[in-house]
Amino acid sequence: MNGATTLPVIDALPSAPSLAIDCELAATWLQAFLEDELIARRGIRNAVVGLSGGVDSAVTAFLCARALGPEHVFTIRLPYKTSSAESLSDAQLVVDALGCNDRTIEITPSVDGYLQHEPDADARRRGNIMARTRMLVLFDQSVKLGALPIGTGNKTERLMGYFTWHADDAPPLNPLGDLFKTQVWALARFLGVPKSIVDKAPSADLETNQTDEGDLGISYAKADAILALMLFGYDDARIAARGFSSQEIGIVRWRVDGTHWKRHLPTTAMLSSTAINEFYLRPVDY
Amino acid sequence: MKLGIVQFKPRKGDVEANLAALGEVFAQLAAESAPYDLIVLPEAALTGYFLEGGVYELTLSAEALALRLADLWRAKGGAKRPVDLAIGFFENDSGNYYNSAMYLRIGERDHEIVHVHRKMFLPTYGVFDEERFLSRGRRLGAFETRFGRMALLICEDMWHTLMPTIAAIKGARAIIVPSASPGRGLGGDGELESVKFWHELLHAQAIEHGVFIFYAGLAGFEGGKGMTGSSCVVDPRGRTLVSAPALGACVIRAEIDFGEVDLARANLPLLGDLNAVLPDLLLDEDLLSHTTATLPPQSPE
Repeated sequence: MNGATTLPVIDALPSAPSLAIDCELAATWLQAFLEDELIARRGIRNAVVGLSGGVDSAVTAFLCARALGPEHVFTIRLPYKTSSAESLSDAQLVVDALGCNDRTIEITPSVDGYLQHEPDADARRRGNIMARTRMLVLFDQSVKLGALPIGTGNKTERLMGYFTWHADDAPPLNPLGDLFKTQVWALARFLGVPKSIVDKAPSADLETNQTDEGDLGISYAKADAILALMLFGYDDARIAARGFSSQEIGIVRWRVDGTHWKRHLPTTAMLSSTAINEFYLRPVDY
Repeated sequence: MKLGIVQFKPRKGDVEANLAALGEVFAQLAAESAPYDLIVLPEAALTGYFLEGGVYELTLSAEALALRLADLWRAKGGAKRPVDLAIGFFENDSGNYYNSAMYLRIGERDHEIVHVHRKMFLPTYGVFDEERFLSRGRRLGAFETRFGRMALLICEDMWHTLMPTIAAIKGARAIIVPSASPGRGLGGDGELESVKFWHELLHAQAIEHGVFIFYAGLAGFEGGKGMTGSSCVVDPRGRTLVSAPALGACVIRAEIDFGEVDLARANLPLLGDLNAVLPDLLLDEDLLSHTTATLPPQSPE
């Protein structure tokens, strides 16, 4: 070897969790999950999905259509008087793409029927009432249609506690709950969810001009990366070493640590050695 | 030897319904023109895997299960077709509960439990909770069959390379692996990371010891956790002879020539090398000091 020779240097990949997913595999797996849980286990062939116009419910509807056929998917739009017109029209794009059943049920009279007694309710309370009213409708429609309501919550919002307890998280099946928001976007593109739905800023649309990232104070891309590292067991210093500010890490950790209760059933006082889910242990599909 | 691996998808907790479904599979297999010599079923085949406290309601004694299976095989067309059967089940031995697998010989009129292996490595972390409910087995044995010596290892037993190593040293020429593996990891190339890991593991162990591996994976979703069937047969040179998809029930079959074991070991005599070196490794006093390093210090007298 002479002095002028420079050896090629090959760098290792970083040893860290990746958010990249094999979308085809994810779609196949989730389709099988829905088929098995709905048809094989429960003998139910119909699904009810509340369509918000956002990407999570769109992906959920697409997956249900793959698993059950669009004729067995009943999408329901549940607008309140302040809901944006775009939410309704984007939901229509999903219905048009899938050819599934569709219905729009206004929740304004129901929500306002209660709120007229609570004129001072703030935006948070009003949002919770809307979310719970929507679930009331979806569960009732499921009984009527011989269907099961399918949840649409993703892993990011579950971890950040960014949902209404016993509302968005209430449906008995949830295909997207172990996918971060950025992974749901990737899956949406793979499934052919209309581009305008995938590309728009995510919003709970409970208040005018509301966006998720505005509410959370951090972008989904950053939140997902930090969450993935956190769940991998990394402490704040190791996460910071990967280019995140202490403020960003703090927002995510504060939300996760303050919401463990939201990811559980209600706390029951244990009084015996046969307490349910403490001593008396049976899996959900037993 | 004609081998069939049944990638079974049980109904959770319903032993009778699962035996009825297995009877249909038996009828299908018994109707093939060439008879099967060995049929392998997954871990927890007749109950499903995640049972929590329900496991105590679903255990059977090895003898009771053997009788049911032998009667079922004969009733479903196997009366004139003796067959060997390996199956994973939850065992009740006088109030001691195990995650077990049985190797059963079914004759025209009689049957014999050739071997029962009790799972030694009970995963109890993350999604797994086996040792909360079950006792672990205490012994890894190889056993004679009419096709040669074999061993049974259940799921995590196989993840510790010492286990197939000991099985091979004890003379096993085939390792039967009943398994129930909940799939995870979407970062693989076309298959789940957990399935990829299994394939790499089985491939490496088959080559290292020159053994056949018969892997039977449980199928179906259990409370959101999808069991990744992926049953397969790996030959002693590490070639996958047949493999099943992760999803759904199916049967895979293979013609097994045990002469391949001798040829593979002649070509790559790693097992012979190990036998020569192993005493030195095991008699190394330093090894023992490392394995006991995690014991708590003794309090002063």
